[in-house]
Amino acid sequence: MFYRNVDEGKVISQEEISDGIFSLWIKNEGAKEAGAGQFVGVYPKDKSTLLMRPISICETDKEAGSMRLVYRVAGKGTKEFSSLKKDDTVKILANLGNGFPVDEVKGKCIVLMGGGIGIPPMLGTAKALFGEDVHSYLGYRNNDTFLSDEFLKYSKVYLASEDGSVGVKGNVLDALRASINVKPDVIMACGPMPMLRAIKKYAEENNIKAYISLEERMACGVGACLGCVCKTVKKDDHSHVNNTRICTEGPVFDATEVDI
Amino acid sequence: MNTKVTIAGVEFKNPVMSASGTFGSGMEYASLVDLNKLGAVVTKGVSNIPWEGNPTPRVAEVYGGMLNAIGLQNPGVDVFIERDLSFLSKYDTNVIVNVCGKSVEDYIEAVERLNDTNADMFEINVSCPNVKEGAIAFGQKADALFNITDKIKKVSKKPIIMKLSPNVTDITEMAKAAEAAGSDAISLINTITGMKIDIERRKFVLANKTGGMSGPAIKPVAVRMVYQCANAVKIPIIGMGGIMTGEDAVEFLMAGATAVAVGAANFINPSAMIDVIDGIENYMRKHNVSDINEIIACV
Repeated sequence: MFYRNVDEGKVISQEEISDGIFSLWIKNEGAKEAGAGQFVGVYPKDKSTLLMRPISICETDKEAGSMRLVYRVAGKGTKEFSSLKKDDTVKILANLGNGFPVDEVKGKCIVLMGGGIGIPPMLGTAKALFGEDVHSYLGYRNNDTFLSDEFLKYSKVYLASEDGSVGVKGNVLDALRASINVKPDVIMACGPMPMLRAIKKYAEENNIKAYISLEERMACGVGACLGCVCKTVKKDDHSHVNNTRICTEGPVFDATEVDI
Repeated sequence: MNTKVTIAGVEFKNPVMSASGTFGSGMEYASLVDLNKLGAVVTKGVSNIPWEGNPTPRVAEVYGGMLNAIGLQNPGVDVFIERDLSFLSKYDTNVIVNVCGKSVEDYIEAVERLNDTNADMFEINVSCPNVKEGAIAFGQKADALFNITDKIKKVSKKPIIMKLSPNVTDITEMAKAAEAAGSDAISLINTITGMKIDIERRKFVLANKTGGMSGPAIKPVAVRMVYQCANAVKIPIIGMGGIMTGEDAVEFLMAGATAVAVGAANFINPSAMIDVIDGIENYMRKHNVSDINEIIACV
């Protein structure tokens, strides 16, 4: 499973699937080895923007050796990526981070939760868990429910929207509370920090195992610079202080182990 | 073609090394870079006891560079010796251990613990702009720098390199103080203090408010300071600041550096140091330079 290299990715296709949210398929060496919840670093070509942009892997097609990155245009780097066309090349550092422990949760009632631009990595996770008892809770701002149809292929889907225009009004936890027949053994989640904090609390109160995917500003992506750390409850095995590297020991953590 | 250089009696197969803090202890990059090809690995700053570092965000991108305020998080010298130095002992490259501290006693304790290890040299970090106590406080006043250099030199069994801060009025005064106190070499520049503000949120981007700027945008400042120091002291200089290519490295050598360190470029291109080594060799071939020492301080 471990693959780490600077890949030359070849663009297969790109489309804007929602306002400012792009879906990019690239063919690259690392795709065959990539796990659900891992991420890659995409390097801008513009030399005034130097650092790789950490982008989660939405899903992979192992047979085709390709991976899909779904990202929001947030600045100069991602704006540049949004102009990539078929057959363009893009330099990526693949594959980074640990990913979700999909093999450890099989046979259980699994709830996946994605909020906003945290939704894409949950799609690959649902795909990896296809055939299991999987319930995907997806939280949106409004009725622009990008990717939600694709989750239907692998799991049951429950929607939440902040404005109430689709699904349950509120967040993913409100949607989970509303579906009384779903009793999760495990939650796997990616999304904004307030959502992850709420999930951590909910899981602890209800004795549910929760794995949450964190993000932080990063520089190297490989654990050298210590830019992207998160506070931990116990002393971290690597750092020997109460900090752990999101890019290396994460981005997915057992929620009880991080102090967020 | 000779690319070997010598600093304080230590021979380097080529003049290219990692800049402290950008390459961990080599372990993190070992699957991407052949460490045996490097002149040296300069490890991330280590202190006598573990340090937590600063709150996040710790890094930010700026035009042509980046800011960092990591705050010298490190596992402490004991873990470092057992884990990182034993890892590096398997490779055919020199090891320069960067040492940091909050007081003179901290530095001395770490150096004494490191004295009987496989480290070839110590780089003394008196120039980190991101910690409140120690570090840069020793590097911004010539008398304080003289004092700490003198004390470390007296206990160190290895050659020492004082790493200088560019955040001073006249860096040559610092270089002279380090030399006068017996430092075997100096390295420069550490990062330049900077700041970035998020105008949408009306907040500092870095939790520490300020951070150290590195990356290609700072190179001209670094080249100028290396040149000034090379004309002010006789001890060898390790030059760094924004080196991305072999040509950049050649500039530093011509300005008076005996060796160079590559920092932020590692984040942008994990094989940056190998590319710099290849680039220097290409330059030498193209310009019929048979010995790299010919171009050091040639301008």
